[in-house]
Amino acid sequence: MMATYTGHARLIVFAGVMALISAVVSMTLATTPDAAASAIILIQNATILTVSHGTIEHGSILIRDGKIAAVGQSIAKPQGAEVIDANGQYVMPGIIDCHSHIAVDGSVNEGSVSVSSMVNIADVLNPDDIDIYRDLAGGVTVANVLHGSANSIGGQTVVIKLRWGAPASRLPFEGALPGIKFALGENPKRSNFSIRGQEKRYPATRMGVEESIRAAFTEARDYKSKWDDYNKKTSAGEKNLIPPRRDLRLDPLVEVLEGKRYVHAHCYREDEILMLLRVAKEFGFKVRTLQHVLEGYKVADEIAASGAGASTFSDWWAYKVEAYDAIPYNAAIMTRRGVLVSINSDDAEEATHLNQEAAKSIRYGGLSREEALKMVTINPAIQLGIDKRVGSIDVGKDADLVIYNHDPLSAYAVVQMTLIDGRVYFDRTRDIAERVDREKEKKVLTEKEKKAAAEKKPEDKKSEDKKQNEKKPEDKPKPPQSGEGSAADSDRGAL
Amino acid sequence: MGTRVFAECCTVVFAALTVASWLAPNALGQGGEPPYFAIRGAKIVTVSGRTAENSTVIISHGIITAIAADAKIPDEAWIIDGKGLTVYPGLIDSFSDVGLMAPPASGAPAAGTPLATESAPRPPQTQTAARGPEDRPGTTPWRNAADEVNLADKRIDTWRNGGFTTVVAAPKGGFFPGQAAVLDLAGDRPGDFVVKSPVAIALNLSVTGGFGSGFPNSQMGVLAYVRQVFLDIDWSTRAQAAYEHNAHVERPPYDRTNVSLAAALQKHVVVLIPANNSVQIQRSLELADRWKVNGVIYGAQMAYENAADIAAKTLPVLVNAKWPEVEKDADPEDRPTLRELRFRDRAPSAPAALAKANVKFAFYSGGLTTPKDVLKAAKKSIDAGLSADAALRALTLSAAEIYGVSDRMGSIEVGKIANLVVTDGDLFDEKTKIKMVFVDGRRFETHEPEKPKDPPKGDISGKWKLAFTTPDGAEEATADLSMEKDGTLSGTVTSKRGTGSILSGWASGEKFSFIINIPVNGSPTDVTFSGTFDATSLKGSLSVPGFSTDFTGTKPGASTEHAAMSAIAAKGAR
Repeated sequence: MMATYTGHARLIVFAGVMALISAVVSMTLATTPDAAASAIILIQNATILTVSHGTIEHGSILIRDGKIAAVGQSIAKPQGAEVIDANGQYVMPGIIDCHSHIAVDGSVNEGSVSVSSMVNIADVLNPDDIDIYRDLAGGVTVANVLHGSANSIGGQTVVIKLRWGAPASRLPFEGALPGIKFALGENPKRSNFSIRGQEKRYPATRMGVEESIRAAFTEARDYKSKWDDYNKKTSAGEKNLIPPRRDLRLDPLVEVLEGKRYVHAHCYREDEILMLLRVAKEFGFKVRTLQHVLEGYKVADEIAASGAGASTFSDWWAYKVEAYDAIPYNAAIMTRRGVLVSINSDDAEEATHLNQEAAKSIRYGGLSREEALKMVTINPAIQLGIDKRVGSIDVGKDADLVIYNHDPLSAYAVVQMTLIDGRVYFDRTRDIAERVDREKEKKVLTEKEKKAAAEKKPEDKKSEDKKQNEKKPEDKPKPPQSGEGSAADSDRGAL
Repeated sequence: MGTRVFAECCTVVFAALTVASWLAPNALGQGGEPPYFAIRGAKIVTVSGRTAENSTVIISHGIITAIAADAKIPDEAWIIDGKGLTVYPGLIDSFSDVGLMAPPASGAPAAGTPLATESAPRPPQTQTAARGPEDRPGTTPWRNAADEVNLADKRIDTWRNGGFTTVVAAPKGGFFPGQAAVLDLAGDRPGDFVVKSPVAIALNLSVTGGFGSGFPNSQMGVLAYVRQVFLDIDWSTRAQAAYEHNAHVERPPYDRTNVSLAAALQKHVVVLIPANNSVQIQRSLELADRWKVNGVIYGAQMAYENAADIAAKTLPVLVNAKWPEVEKDADPEDRPTLRELRFRDRAPSAPAALAKANVKFAFYSGGLTTPKDVLKAAKKSIDAGLSADAALRALTLSAAEIYGVSDRMGSIEVGKIANLVVTDGDLFDEKTKIKMVFVDGRRFETHEPEKPKDPPKGDISGKWKLAFTTPDGAEEATADLSMEKDGTLSGTVTSKRGTGSILSGWASGEKFSFIINIPVNGSPTDVTFSGTFDATSLKGSLSVPGFSTDFTGTKPGASTEHAAMSAIAAKGAR
């Protein structure tokens, strides 16, 4: 699954663990929660990190019909409630990853054109992607699934709940506003690397990136006025008008202008950040989040003034020229200057320990525990406009919860259970138990295939002779797994 | 016909006469036969109704005119004694390009010019590089299978001899390759083949269409593109209507994609949507709604997971009969996931699941290259829980129903086209032989070749490098052979002239022989390879009508290590 993304950099970074990962793929792929969610669940004896109103020791959470019905120290067990005893364990709101590329069928980039707003991640959600399950096992319950960063204006994006086992149509977060990916700098301009099989295309400079965004919105504005004009005339009773041709590329940009679609903009350098904020102001739309935004600390006041949120890495930089000026204090500095900050993964593996990523800002920048937790819960919820539903443990919110065996801000914390809408989607105990059966089934099926192959083959003697002559590939040193694409091609993996 | 020419020309060829006597399955589209036939006293499997033992079918002028034990046999009829024979409706390959083999490039191509073969995608029509959706990459919906029937396509004989009287053929290449037509596999002129056209718009949603680096080059890009086309058809139709009403406004542009698709959709043809795994199937169910088309899913090998969802949408399905298998040259280091293993194990059970959910479905050959393989694949489904009746229906009447031609074919009924298969036993029994086939009431007798009795000494399977000399100079080819226990050969031969699949072949003792069909000097030609083999070498001659030459073959075994290393290197460079 990892390799299906275009992440050349990821190949370099994770070359060592690739083999391990593919082994794990086969083991966990088939886990589908069979549990029909009980209507009433009571989590007891837990240390509850509510995020919104402090920590409750030896607390309970009552879940009814997928929602949090009560939170407190003493909640009586209702009749028929299923009890989860979380004695000595920690419960926090499900983690929200504001920059993810999981659950996508095929490439996350439509890189052929500089404005690819006609494509929509929601069209190609892949509920079978094992990364959904792995991220659940890391406590993630909501992901902002973004198009890649190959284009000045990229594809449409979608917020999903990690409902492993549900069909694609059930993944999107109900009512969450859709988004669109923008990208600035090296990735859309592509002047410092090339992609095999793709011709060089405009833009090739940061100036060109700005111009291509400006040109697209100019077009969108004209398109909108054509439609407004047509609708006006039609409602005035004019007949036999030729309607404007619907253009899937411009529709989402009109939605941006109308405030019906969030802009999530990939960016690095201070100059390009300010550029986008200026362009947005000129065309009258808002940038909802600046993604990566590694130089955000340099222009934190301007970002805060624009109202844009910032979604950044904890401590990852120098993987390309525009990421050299990054510092681990970025999240903390922006927070202190009044920017709403989240910590994201941009990577399926990174997403499995976003709790630790958040914790790093306590060490670098001196944020409080509460502030650190917020950066992977309520802050991204606000950024995605879903904070009324998720992001903290409050009565009335969705029962999206993670249970850890230790303090989630500790490196020893391991997820025990992940719930979405009050339903257990990951259960560590059950997962471990089921591995045995899955391995058994694999063995049976493999043997069956071998047997069928042997029946088809006339003699196996010859091929065995051959094997002896032939050195096994692993006896030879393997060439490094780096691709022709440079690290500049990507941010931690998927563009 | 090919056989006779072949035999005359190849007296010098190694073992020419023995080869010719059985290698090419001989089909006689007899001229001068009467337009009346009576198959008397046979078992008639009508598919639409009850199976009748010891009954008689009357054919006149291409139509079935009577089915009854006491049917009156016309005086002029050629009477066939049906004792011990079973009559089935002609089989239908519900999605194929048989009959549409690419014609040689216009003008006389130079000898040795690489030419398109049946397996190579056709070059797209002249197009400029695509820069966006409006440029319509990989879009040739005005092409119609009915206009591209090519009598030189050898597969017409192969499929007919294997019991397939009918194919639903569609052009290949691109996202909107063109319109499909129902073709009967017999006729003197291309027009004789066409039963109905158009019957479907074929879609291909895979990104690897070979259309360069332009838009779209991602799965979501393809979906956006196709959606835009469907929106444009609608817009163009409405805009044109409005313009006809009032011409004093800006004129909507003419676009043959819109015009040809709108015309086809007005005839309520179905739209074939590819979807093989459960995620794609689920998606295609929604796409059919979104595009507002009469969708038919093709592929559907993972339908055992969501047959009920398909049933709920009442979409018909074409099941690809080429069941997933372990890749022949798979990396031995690759560990399949449990999901992959399950898929390979359960795919043949997809038809049973569809049948159980009451989904209408038909089989299509997919990547299978012989009709026998399709029947074997159907047998696998029967072994996996599908009833034999349902399997037969999926190869006959259901296909006809899906394409709206069940009024004229798909079952043995009075008034329907006389497309019949006559066998000496149960169709799905491997030992059963097809005795004759009727297409549009024309009789084709098939003689299945007898194979040499000696078992092969050793295994000829594997990749071979062949070297030979033609009038154009020294040439090389790669033969990828696989041998079954009894010596039956299948596989491909690839040279600069293209790739040809083995039509028939065998290995016996130290000898072997096989035939491929490949363009030579611009026309599709049978090439026979025959000779002797051992573990590391081949020796023999290859022949085409009027020419033969010796060849040698080597197994690149000595350099296996090298090959393995380059394979790894190639992967690393991805």
